[in-house]
Amino acid sequence: MSTTPKTLFEKVWQQHIVAEPQGEPTILYIDLHLVHEVTSPQAFDGLRMAGRKIRRPDRTIATVDHNVPTTSAYDRLHIVDQVSAAQVNALRKNCAEFGVEFFDVQDSSQGIVHMIGPELGATKPGMTIVCGDSHTSTHGAFGALAFGIGTSEVEHVMATQTLPQSKPKTFRITVDGELPFGVTAKDIILDIIGKIGTDGATGHVIEYSGSAIRSLSMEGRMTICNMSIEAGARAGMIAPDETTFAYLMGRRFSPTGKAWDEAIAHWKTLPTDEGAVFDRELHIDAATLAPAVTWGTSPGMHATIDGTVPSLDDAKTEADRKSFERAYEYMDLKPGTPMEEIKIDTVFLGSCTNGRIEDLRAAAAIVKGHHIATKIRAMVVPGSQAVKRQAEEEGLDEVFKSAGFEWREPGCSMCLGMNPDILQPGERCASTSNRNFEGRQGRGGRTHLVSPEMAAVAAITGHFTDIRKWKQTEGAKN
Amino acid sequence: MEPINIITSKAVPLPLPNIDTDQIIPKQFLKRIERTGYGEFLFFDWRYDLDTPDHVEERKDFVLNKSEYKGAEILIAEKNFGCGSSREHAAWAINQYGFRAVIAPTFADIFFSNAGKNGIVLARLTEEEVQTLIERCTKNPEHKITINLEKQTVTDELGFNATFEIDPFRKYCLLNGLDDIGLTLRHEESLDKFEEKHNKDFWSAPKAVTA
Repeated sequence: MSTTPKTLFEKVWQQHIVAEPQGEPTILYIDLHLVHEVTSPQAFDGLRMAGRKIRRPDRTIATVDHNVPTTSAYDRLHIVDQVSAAQVNALRKNCAEFGVEFFDVQDSSQGIVHMIGPELGATKPGMTIVCGDSHTSTHGAFGALAFGIGTSEVEHVMATQTLPQSKPKTFRITVDGELPFGVTAKDIILDIIGKIGTDGATGHVIEYSGSAIRSLSMEGRMTICNMSIEAGARAGMIAPDETTFAYLMGRRFSPTGKAWDEAIAHWKTLPTDEGAVFDRELHIDAATLAPAVTWGTSPGMHATIDGTVPSLDDAKTEADRKSFERAYEYMDLKPGTPMEEIKIDTVFLGSCTNGRIEDLRAAAAIVKGHHIATKIRAMVVPGSQAVKRQAEEEGLDEVFKSAGFEWREPGCSMCLGMNPDILQPGERCASTSNRNFEGRQGRGGRTHLVSPEMAAVAAITGHFTDIRKWKQTEGAKN
Repeated sequence: MEPINIITSKAVPLPLPNIDTDQIIPKQFLKRIERTGYGEFLFFDWRYDLDTPDHVEERKDFVLNKSEYKGAEILIAEKNFGCGSSREHAAWAINQYGFRAVIAPTFADIFFSNAGKNGIVLARLTEEEVQTLIERCTKNPEHKITINLEKQTVTDELGFNATFEIDPFRKYCLLNGLDDIGLTLRHEESLDKFEEKHNKDFWSAPKAVTA
């Protein structure tokens, strides 16, 4: 019997079909539901009002990340903002009432929800994973089908452990070749978003493949999948391989012994079959990539560090022209300005995009032996307690502190400004996060998205700086 | 959810692409634990003068604040409306402000899903059709548009007549105001059966099961 070659996505999708009612969306089983304080209170209320329980508390994990202060352990336990405190307390109570495992603010496993899933080994290949947060796409780096949902869907998953879903289309993006020096996973994904647009993958699940993707660590792969949503994709996925297995081995929720071997045998069946057909394909030559910096108010508005703020003539459509004009004004930038001449006030190193140990190591390697420029405010916010511990064991905290960076407690921090870490109006920030929308990091704040390496070097020089040139001159003394 | 079919109303034009959910409802309002009361915060940063104390001063140049558009139940925007964050608060804010439908060339996936669960009709028209409506509603704020969900049409009194695609099941749910959880629980037997088998696939369990 011959079988049609299948994509990674199709395999995971098929293994989770509960029912396919005629003329209705597929009922898809959800293996892991991650919960945080912001998008869950109304869902728990909904359950209570309907007299429903959480069907599978063993498949539900909760933590606090969006609202928690990152200043000190004391501040986290005594949240001054009463509205934030009420939301954190609501989650605490809801988890106790509904029997959900909850990693509270000072728990050794607390962190940004998309950091702790992989760290605990709860995120595994071939699973379906959802969370009331668009950056759930991060978990796709393990070959899981992972996507963000709204609060009504959070309640739906709690009640039924399923979601009605229309089948998305598939989109393979192949990045082949060796990444040039100074080019990171962040630059790959920013390049992709620039090429296909912020709605370029709407309705699709992206599979990233090719030698440049395979050569990335799990951290790099998570950075790429994390920002799939910024290209409009429903999810991003990368086939599991030895790098994936090595990352998962020995983690708290990873299988052990015979079960581990059986799990690997299953995971090895997941990668896309030879000859499988995708609805769309895009090929990128890694050698053509350069470090990226966003200049506007959408992640697709970016230039390479040796480039300039684009002119209106570069806008492809009338809608783009309007967006460009609005972005020049909001960002207070003139077309034609060399990216390297843009001065910054603040550096934010962290978030579910780039708050992992490898990101901190890469930035610390640049910072070591240097000091941040005068008048710069720079902060490092490890994405999780585990990352913070690891970094401190390696002495990275000392490297950052002696260079003038603040060393913070784990959380979403300045990525979205729901906690005390915000930009002031007009403040310009080199940020390793994922969104440069108007007001995202604080109203009136101006966000430029960059890799951890590019954020680190900008902190030292006070303006965006080509890491490739800097490393050869200034950086050579490290 | 209230059943919905025909909406006839004036419409607010917001001629910008990529309106993200951070603009629709800024982050500070996501700290609330209630499901209601978001309408007054819709497009907060665009709607209020942020330099006045407590941001109470409405910006007269913002379309939502123009008296002639008050009471409109339809919003018109450009492509990729609702991109970014998954916050359902965006759908709540739009709905609770009084909008029952949004017309745009394209919508972001998560917002699309959230809108459906809150009884908001999303009508996808072509770029040209959207531009025509934006022009008419900008020129004449009293200009009325009719969305007929059953017929999947958008029409006006000047002869505009466009059709839009909608998933039949989504349409059925909107027309009948159906609750998703109840619908899924019709398949509880299949779910029990699936789960019994799937539970043995230990590699799919978030928390380790040692075989």
